[in-house]
Amino acid sequence: MQQILNFVIRNKTFLLFLLLFSIALALTIQSHSYHRSKFINSANGLTGGVYSTINSVDKYFNLKTENDILSEENKRLREQLFNRNTTTDSSFIDTTYSKSIYRVTIADVYKNSYSSTNNYLTLNKGRNDSIKEDFGVITSKGIIGIIDNTSNNYSRALSILNTRSRINAKLKSTNHIGSLTWNGESPIYAQLEDVSQFAPVKIGDTIQTGGQSSIFPKGIGIGTISSFESDISGDTYTIQVKLFNDMTNIGTVYILENLDRNEILNLENSSDE
Amino acid sequence: MNNVTGINIARFILLLLAQVVICNQINFLGYINPYIYIIFIFLFPIREERLVLLLVSFLLGMFVDMFSDSGGVHAAAAVSLAYVRPILLKSAFGMLYEHQSIKFSNTDMGSLISYISLGTLIHHLILFSLEIFNISNILLILQKTLFSSIFTIILSVLIIILFSRNKK
Repeated sequence: MQQILNFVIRNKTFLLFLLLFSIALALTIQSHSYHRSKFINSANGLTGGVYSTINSVDKYFNLKTENDILSEENKRLREQLFNRNTTTDSSFIDTTYSKSIYRVTIADVYKNSYSSTNNYLTLNKGRNDSIKEDFGVITSKGIIGIIDNTSNNYSRALSILNTRSRINAKLKSTNHIGSLTWNGESPIYAQLEDVSQFAPVKIGDTIQTGGQSSIFPKGIGIGTISSFESDISGDTYTIQVKLFNDMTNIGTVYILENLDRNEILNLENSSDE
Repeated sequence: MNNVTGINIARFILLLLAQVVICNQINFLGYINPYIYIIFIFLFPIREERLVLLLVSFLLGMFVDMFSDSGGVHAAAAVSLAYVRPILLKSAFGMLYEHQSIKFSNTDMGSLISYISLGTLIHHLILFSLEIFNISNILLILQKTLFSSIFTIILSVLIIILFSRNKK
């Protein structure tokens, strides 16, 4: 017993180092699994408070670009509105199908990172605004990520610029699907993997969400094809997608809640059994 | 003694805020950020207990992690740096360290720069290895380590010179 005690006292620095290092390592590994990084994340009161102060200053510098984005979106919405009027004037509208199943919440981005290999965004809406995990995050141009952690007033979104993010996507022209990932290199490009070799892939074509997950509705823009190559086996394409969003400059986002998500999940689970 | 503790607490908070508010947002050329919070570990009083340094470094790293959503990578890197600090001090300052008579404000430039460079390289290598966590991306790890280190070293040396001259 004496010897063990002596050993501990002699090596106390090393032992403490080992202890602290393993705690840090454990937290790192834990953060690599989706939905697990509960303790150390930026969706809490302290970090949220600091980031909201930064944001209130930072917002003024981005007012001009933010205005441009808004007016562009206004223009597009207005076009849709007018076109809709002319095409649906005489036709019959089936109201049972136009029931909206997505609830939209507007949120400010308090923190956005794109330089690391696993990027997250901190948003200023949380559980008090009934934001929960697995809600989709988009801008007027395209998708941003998925909420993966919430506190009372803040939430954290897993950015598409994260090596752990996988999002179902498809070609706009056909229904060939793939999964959108990121290789950690450039914040301008993401990668669309596992696209069937029968797909007619052309440079410049649009990629959009596939609607197979219950998080995003079908047809939200992601980006355009900038280059593609077939895999070593030759069965699938890996496509470089130039993102519509400038991920380095995001001010306001929309959080999407699929009101039918539970129903869809229940159905899928019951058919598994 | 109280004065030293006060200075260190102030330094802790100021460097943490500077790191989170300014340095994490720089993203020079897309991905190069300086990590200046390690100046705190470099300048921590030598006569203090090493256990204290380890604990405080862990705390500092943890806070940076919390702000940048990086799990525990900063904590791990900061604790490692705190642990190897005596070896770095010995190799950079030699006899001065043996006599426990280093004053960072009036050591010669060469020793100070080599001390900071070595420490920064070790810290960044651990940081990016853990952050990327994939041995097949070894080139990306080395590239990030190199560029961020250059940035951090220059900034750290400048900050240390700037603030130590003021105190005279």
